Parts: sequence; structure tokens; C-alpha cells
Amino acid sequence: MATAELLVQLTHAAGQTNKVHGSPSPFVNRKIECAGPFFLSHARRILRGRTWSEDEKIEQAANFVATEETEEDDLGDEPEDPQILQHDPKEWKELDLYAALGLSKLRYKATEDQIRRAHRRKVLKHHPDKKAAQGAIDDDRFFKCLQKAFEVLMDPVKRKQFDSVDEGADVPPPENYNSKKLTDEEFIEGWGKFFEAEARFSKIQPVPMLGDMNSSKEEVEAFYKFWFNFDSWRSFEYLDEDVPDDSDNRDNKRHIEKKNKAARAKAKTEDVARLRSMVDAAFSKDPRMKKFRLEEKKEKERLKWEREAESRKAAEEAKKAAEEEAKRKEEEERKAKEQRESQKKNKEAAKNARKKSKRTIKAAAKDADFEVEVESLIEAMDDVQLSDSASKLSDAGDKKAAFVEIARGLVADGKIDASSFPKLLA
Amino acid sequence: MTEDISRTETPLEMPSIVGISFGNKTSSVAVVSRDGSIELIANQDGDRFIPSALSYLNDDEYHGSQALSQLVRNANNTVVNFRDFIGKEYAKIDPTHSARSAHPVESDSKVSYQINGETVSVDTISARHLTRIRDLAADYLGVPVTKAVVAVPSDFTDVQIQALHEIAKTIGLDILQTIKEPVAALIPYTFQSVHPSDKISLVLDIGASRTDGAVIAVRGGLMCILATAHSYDFGGSSLDDILVDFIAKEFEKKYKVDPKSEPRAVAKMYAEAENVKRALSASKTATISIESLASGYDFHMSINRLKFELLARKVFELFTSFADEVVAKSGLDSLQISEIVLAGGTSNIPKISTLLSAKFGELTTVVSPSTSIKAFNTSELIARGCAMQASWISALDADDIQEIMQPSVTVAAHTSKAIGVQLPDNELVVVVEQTTAVPIRKTVVLPGPADDGSVLVSIAEADTEIVSRKIEKPAPSENDDDDDDLDGFEDDEDEEIREIKVKSAASIADIVLEDVKGGSKIEIVINITSKLGMSIAARPVGSSSAVRLETECSLSQ
Ligand SMILES: Nc1ncnc2c1ncn2[C@@H]1O[C@H](COP(=O)(O)OP(=O)(O)OP(=O)(O)O)[C@@H](O)[C@H]1O
Ligand SMILES: [Mg+2]
Repeated sequence: MATAELLVQLTHAAGQTNKVHGSPSPFVNRKIECAGPFFLSHARRILRGRTWSEDEKIEQAANFVATEETEEDDLGDEPEDPQILQHDPKEWKELDLYAALGLSKLRYKATEDQIRRAHRRKVLKHHPDKKAAQGAIDDDRFFKCLQKAFEVLMDPVKRKQFDSVDEGADVPPPENYNSKKLTDEEFIEGWGKFFEAEARFSKIQPVPMLGDMNSSKEEVEAFYKFWFNFDSWRSFEYLDEDVPDDSDNRDNKRHIEKKNKAARAKAKTEDVARLRSMVDAAFSKDPRMKKFRLEEKKEKERLKWEREAESRKAAEEAKKAAEEEAKRKEEEERKAKEQRESQKKNKEAAKNARKKSKRTIKAAAKDADFEVEVESLIEAMDDVQLSDSASKLSDAGDKKAAFVEIARGLVADGKIDASSFPKLLA
Repeated sequence: MTEDISRTETPLEMPSIVGISFGNKTSSVAVVSRDGSIELIANQDGDRFIPSALSYLNDDEYHGSQALSQLVRNANNTVVNFRDFIGKEYAKIDPTHSARSAHPVESDSKVSYQINGETVSVDTISARHLTRIRDLAADYLGVPVTKAVVAVPSDFTDVQIQALHEIAKTIGLDILQTIKEPVAALIPYTFQSVHPSDKISLVLDIGASRTDGAVIAVRGGLMCILATAHSYDFGGSSLDDILVDFIAKEFEKKYKVDPKSEPRAVAKMYAEAENVKRALSASKTATISIESLASGYDFHMSINRLKFELLARKVFELFTSFADEVVAKSGLDSLQISEIVLAGGTSNIPKISTLLSAKFGELTTVVSPSTSIKAFNTSELIARGCAMQASWISALDADDIQEIMQPSVTVAAHTSKAIGVQLPDNELVVVVEQTTAVPIRKTVVLPGPADDGSVLVSIAEADTEIVSRKIEKPAPSENDDDDDDLDGFEDDEDEEIREIKVKSAASIADIVLEDVKGGSKIEIVINITSKLGMSIAARPVGSSSAVRLETECSLSQ
């Protein structure tokens, strides 16, 4: 029909006009299957009551919305090593099982779930059926390797045996750690990675980690204490020589078993020694240990200084107290002296004032002409009365009346007897 | 030349919604991965086509192939072929295919099994099966799987669909949507391109216990089932029966022992029959090999494809006449079938494609791995289709899905005849195909006359006509490849050449464009709204003024 269409051509009108002649045959209601992207567009048009072109415009605009982001894939996508793909499944002991499954980054850290998924992914890709479909004949080597890897890694015991000798997971100690002085960063970085990898062998988990330059002394000490007493599950069965399965040669079998046992024990001892020497090396060169020793020394000095400072302070204080005491005494004496002097002055002033008052009184008595009795009157008065009387008398016009008033006051106070002053109080 | 205006939509990814094909014999689960490719997920055994089988031994549950292998020794506690029993009354089930495994028993008028002395309902079995399928997907994806699109046969009743939903709910699996198996199978081949072309497809799904067919019209990317047919009497297992009979006879000839008298031997033969069948789909010879079949004798024999095809001839004929039957039910002529999509495990058999190609002729493309290297394994289609559907509806919530499945959306008026532009000699260029749902807008661009003047655009309805010519002597078919076929397989009668002609029938409207430059191209747009208003517009390409006519369409009651 496509070629026929190319030949078709419209013609000129021959007398026809624009005209509707009729309608199509009646339509039939049918069910549309609810599937496919075009059905969704159809549903949208119906439900939103949109016309065809409205719908196109709205949807085109909506399509600019960025495609949704997808969650991170935790397994990653490792390139496949052609050597591993060609690995002889019979030699599976030499195979890097993690790499075969594409888990060479995760290794001992891979969870069972991740192993399962990684395996599934590889199986899907390398299933012999699939290979056969692609034209390869009978190539199930890698598939067999995958099955073996899966079998070993899903069996906790076998997995530990493999992990024990998984060189791919080993992290070497920092380069030249013995000969060269590492910077703090090199030490923390290099040994940190080393111990992190070694920690996988610990029977006790979690394992304290190296930490950093800011780790506390307790932390660092706990770290070395743990590692000096490291209890490792690492074992070396994986390296066993295969024990022959023939019952004829039982001696040989026993011999190999014995050899294997000895080899395992030897490897284990060597491994313990190896780790111990590493811990020793790290410990002896740990810049933080040096830092802590330095800090300790400083602390001691500080404590000593503090202790000494106390007695120094006591002496100083005693001296200061003595000085203050002396000063206080001096002051006291000075004050006493001042007081004494001022008392003397006061006394003298009083004496003078008294003299002055007496003089004034006597002069007034002379004026009032009763000198005879005035002596006794003066005798009867205290200092205050004397000065009062003196000022009264010096101001008074009528000296006699003033005297009389003073004398009456004294009588009222009971200081004198009126009969003793006949002249004045007649 | 017709240009489809339907929108471009690329499938979006949504890794945690899976598509599940749940067959009586086999199930698969698929997902649209991030790069848009579709992955069929394999289980721990590396199987992507996972036998729908569960077996119970002591306290262990076996699933898939591992359960199938229990059929030899532990048949009574091994359940197979249970999908069709879901949501059915015991009285209405056909237990034929459970003869060599745990027998269905009645419990509460529903279907159950006696497993290790306990009554286990088909719902429980199905729930376990779905759990295993879900878990293997979740394992692979690394995220919990809680949502799925599941395919069901097109004859599954609403009650059965509801029952399936309930079963899935018990294991925390939300079936967002069920789609019909033939629809699912059609999806992968239809939505590969951005603009799916209009076509009429026959989906032929030959499974194990049953054979299903559906004629589906695809119009503007919308799918409408025109007819379905189902046979529960033949399928892949009929071929197993034939092979088992063959093996038994050969064995008896040799050792004078009838292996069919021994249930274990029968189980072994059936298992091997399936292997051999599969092997013969991939290569031309296969070996039948059964250790200790009966009375301690092993059985070894090689068989070639030709021999198998001879043995299976009757069953193959059932398949091809079944295809005819479905087409007849749709009211169409086989010439109107643009493609046959082969689905179901048994459809992998190359001979089935060959026979159908011969039967339907050149106008029909048979899509299967043996006819096209780009075709998918026929067993994958349904799961693939479900996964694609899952990705398309991943952005919708349950309410949205309810909304789009309501009749006001899914029931639409469809054209009953094609509408197009009439040309001289009553030829017609189809613009809107027969059985197209409204609303629809279709555009066609046709060349106008070579010289200046008016242009006539005459719109008419189409009639299809089948013309047949008899050819006297049948020419020997040359296009068949080397395996010179079984004579008499195809009809030897007078050969007929049949052709389909599209003729314009009733005229709908004329549009006359005046003063058009010679050699112009004319764009014609036919638009029919959901309210059945029809507009026809024509204009020279590049011109801004169009002539437009309107008319109303009616709906038959
Ligand atoms: N490559 C193949 N060649 C031939 N036959 C095959 C092939 N693969 C699978 N089969 C057969 O296909 C059948 C299974 O098909 P399928 O998985 O479509 O069935 P189903 O839909 O689960 O079952 P049912 O039709 O009973 O509901 C089995 O009989 C199986 O032997
Ligand atoms: Mg099926």
C-alpha cells in the first residue's frame, strides 16, 4: 500500500462544490484495553475534557520536567577482567572469588544480600543458555566459576576460610614504616588503613580503630591494648594441599593430612607474629604516644610549679601580714599620740576657756560689785556652765540681774545653797 | 503516509514495580531497568522461566525447577498447574493436568490440596508462589518489591481477578493492575517505536495446558480486542504426551517392559519429553536420555526435528486451525491480519511459525524467534509487556488507576468502517482506520494536480472486498527451506490467490480548494471528537487558510 500511495494524486474539481453528503456508518461502542502509553493519553483527554491539541501543548510543557533521579546502585559496575572470565573452574582455588562476582571493592564487607544480587546479575549475563543464544558453544567455564564463588561465599565457614587468604583485601603497612620517619598524616593514613583491614580477622567486633591525631590517650591506649591482645579467627585451610581420596594409599593420605595440619599451624603462628610486629612498630613510632609523653612531662612540671607556688605564696602572705601588722601598730600609735596630744590641747583649751570664762565672770562680778561671793559661785559651776555664764554675762547689760539668774539656775540645779549668797540672792 | 498525531511517550523507569507473568506452567518476572531496557529476572537457579510449581518435603519448600524435579519421587506433595483454579469453584475446574501431581480436592467448595496430610488451599499455594517470585525480584533489585502488574488470561472472570488481588494482598503485594495476557504479549512489539503503526494483530499464545488466541486492533496506540478464543484441550502438554508415547513404545520394543505402568517412569519420561522438545526448537537433533527408566534399564535415543514434527503433525494442525477460528470469530478475513504475534512457550517451535506463515500468506507477518532474529523468545513477551505497563503507570496512584479504568474512559465509540480520501477509480487512501476509537485526529498529506487550478478532496467511507482468483496448477512452494517438508501437510487443492481491496463506498463530503498552484501538496485533517462531531479540513501545505466542513456521526445501539 505504501508504494501505491506514492502514485496517488488528487484531481481538479469537476463541478463539485464544498458539500457534506452524509455521515459515516454508525459508530460502535467497544472496550479499549487499559494498557500502553497512548491509553494514558486517551484517558487524560477524556477525564480532563481536553481537545487533542490542548492536550498536546500541556503535555509537551510537562515533559520538560527532568526525568526522575534514581537511587544509587551500591554494587557498582566493575569492568570484567578477561583473565577471570577465562579462569579454569577446576582451578577455583586460585580464583579471586570476589572479583568473579564483581565485588572486588566490597570483598569481606559485602553482605550476603549483596553477594546474592551480584551473583544473580552475573548469572543473568553469563548463563550458558544465553551464551549459546549468542553463538558461543559450550562455554560454561565462567558460569561454573560463578557458581563456585557463590557457593563458597554464601557458606559462612568457607567464606571465612577464603577471606583468611584473600590477598585482594590485604592492606600493606605504610611504606618504609621502619626506616623512615612518617609525618603524622602518613602515620594516621597508612596505619589506619592497615589496621582497618586487619580488623576483619578479629573474633571480637567491633574493633577499636587507630583514630587520629586528636584521639585521647585513653583511646590510643585502649587501641594498643586491644591489638597487643588481638584474637584472630584467621585460618589457613584454604591453602591445604588436596588430600587424595583413594583409600589404598592411606599412609600417604595421613601424611598429607599431617603436613596440612602442620602447615596451617605454622602459617597461623607466622600470622600472629606478623601482626604483633606490626603493632609493635606502630606503637613505637606512634606520634601520639610521643605527644602524650611530652604532655605528661609538661603536666608534671606544671604540677611541681603549682606545688612550689603554694609555699611561695604562704611566705609572701606571712611577710605581707607582718608588714601590715607593723603598719597597723604604727598607725595605732600615731593615733594614740594624736589623741593624747589633742586631749592635752583640749584640756589646755578648756583650761584656757575656763580661765577666760572665770576672768569674764570675775570682771562682771567686779562690775556688779559682789566679788566676795563670786569665787564660791565659780567654784560651783562646771566648764559648760562657766562658758555659758561667761557669754551671758558679757552680753548682759544688767550684770547683776544676770548673776542673779545664773545663781538661781544653780540653786535650782542644787549646785549651790541660796543662803551662801546673801548678797546676791537677798 | 498517514501521520499519527498521538503523543510521544517513552517508558519511564521505576525499578520497584515489576511485571509478572503467572502461567499455569511457567511464571516470569521482569522489570524496566534504568536505561529503559527490560530485564527478565532469573532466580537462584538461573531460571528466567520459572516453573509454577511448589513441592513440600519434610519441612522444606521447593519452588520452580527444584519443585518440578520432585515430581518423580514426591508427586503427591508437589503442586503444579494451579493458576486457573484461582477463584474457581471446585465443581467447575478441570483437573486433567494435575493427574501426575498433588490432586485438587474440594474444601469449602473451593480447590485445595492434601500436602503431607494437611489441607492447603490453592490460594495459599498461589500466595507462596507469588512470594517466591516477588522475593527473587526483590533479591535481584535490592529493593523491596511491593507493587506489580500481573497478566491474567483473557477469560479470567472478575471473580478470579478479584481473588488474585486478594491473594497478593495477603503477602503485601499490591497488584496495581491486571492486564490481559494477549495484550501484555502484544505490548513489546507494539510500543517499540514512538509512533506505533495501526495494525490488526492475532496473538496466539500456546502454553502447556491451554492455547489462547486474540485478535486485537491497534489504532493510534490504543488496543481493542475484537475476538478471543480458548482451548483447554491442547497445548504444549499435548506434545509431551506424544513424545512420552513415542519413548514408551520405543522402550517397550527394546526391553519388552511398558514404562507407563510405573508412575515414576512416567514422571521421568514427561520431564525428558519437555527437555527434548525444547532442544528440538533450538537445534535439529536431540538426544533422549533417561537413566534407569524402568526395570533398571536406561533409555538413550536420538531424535531429529523432522521426526518430531511428523509425530506432532496432528497437534500442529490443531494450532493452525485454532488460529483460523479466532480470526473467524473477529469477523475479519485472514488477509486483514497484519501480524501474528506468537506467545507462550510452545510457540518457540519453529514449525508452528512456518505453518502459520504458509497459511496466512505474505500480507501477514509472523513474529517469532524463528522468523525474525529481532523477535523475543515467545516465553518472554507477557512478562515484558507487564513490566512496560508497570513503568508507564508507575507515576499513578491507586485512585488514578481506578479513574482511568472506569467505563467512561475505557468504553469509546469506534468507527465501524475506514474513512479516507477518495481517488479516481474508487480507490481510497485510508485516513482513519476501521475500529478506531474517538476522539481521534488524523492527518494525511497528498500531492495535488500538476497544473494550477482547483483541487477536489473527496472524503468517503471504505468497504473492503476480498477478491480471489483460482490458480490452475499449484506451483511447488520454493520458499520453504531445505527440510523438504512433510508432503501433504499443506493443502494440495487448487491454489487460490486472494487479495484484499479497499474501495470507496458512501461519500461523506467534498471539499474544493480553488486556485491552488500546480504541484502543491494538500494536507487533509479528519477530526472526530468524543461527542461524535466530525470535522474535515483541507489546505495546501503552507497556506494558512483551510476549508473546513462539519458533520455529525451517530452511535449504533
Ligand atoms: N523452547 C521451547 N520449545 C518448545 N516448547 C517449549 C519451549 N519452551 C517452553 N516450551 C513449552 O511451553 C509450555 C509452557 O508454556 P508457557 O510458559 O507459555 O505456559 P503457561 O502459560 O505457563 O501454561 P498454560 O498454558 O498451561 O497456562 C510447556 O509445555 C513447555 O514445554
Ligand atoms: Mg499461558
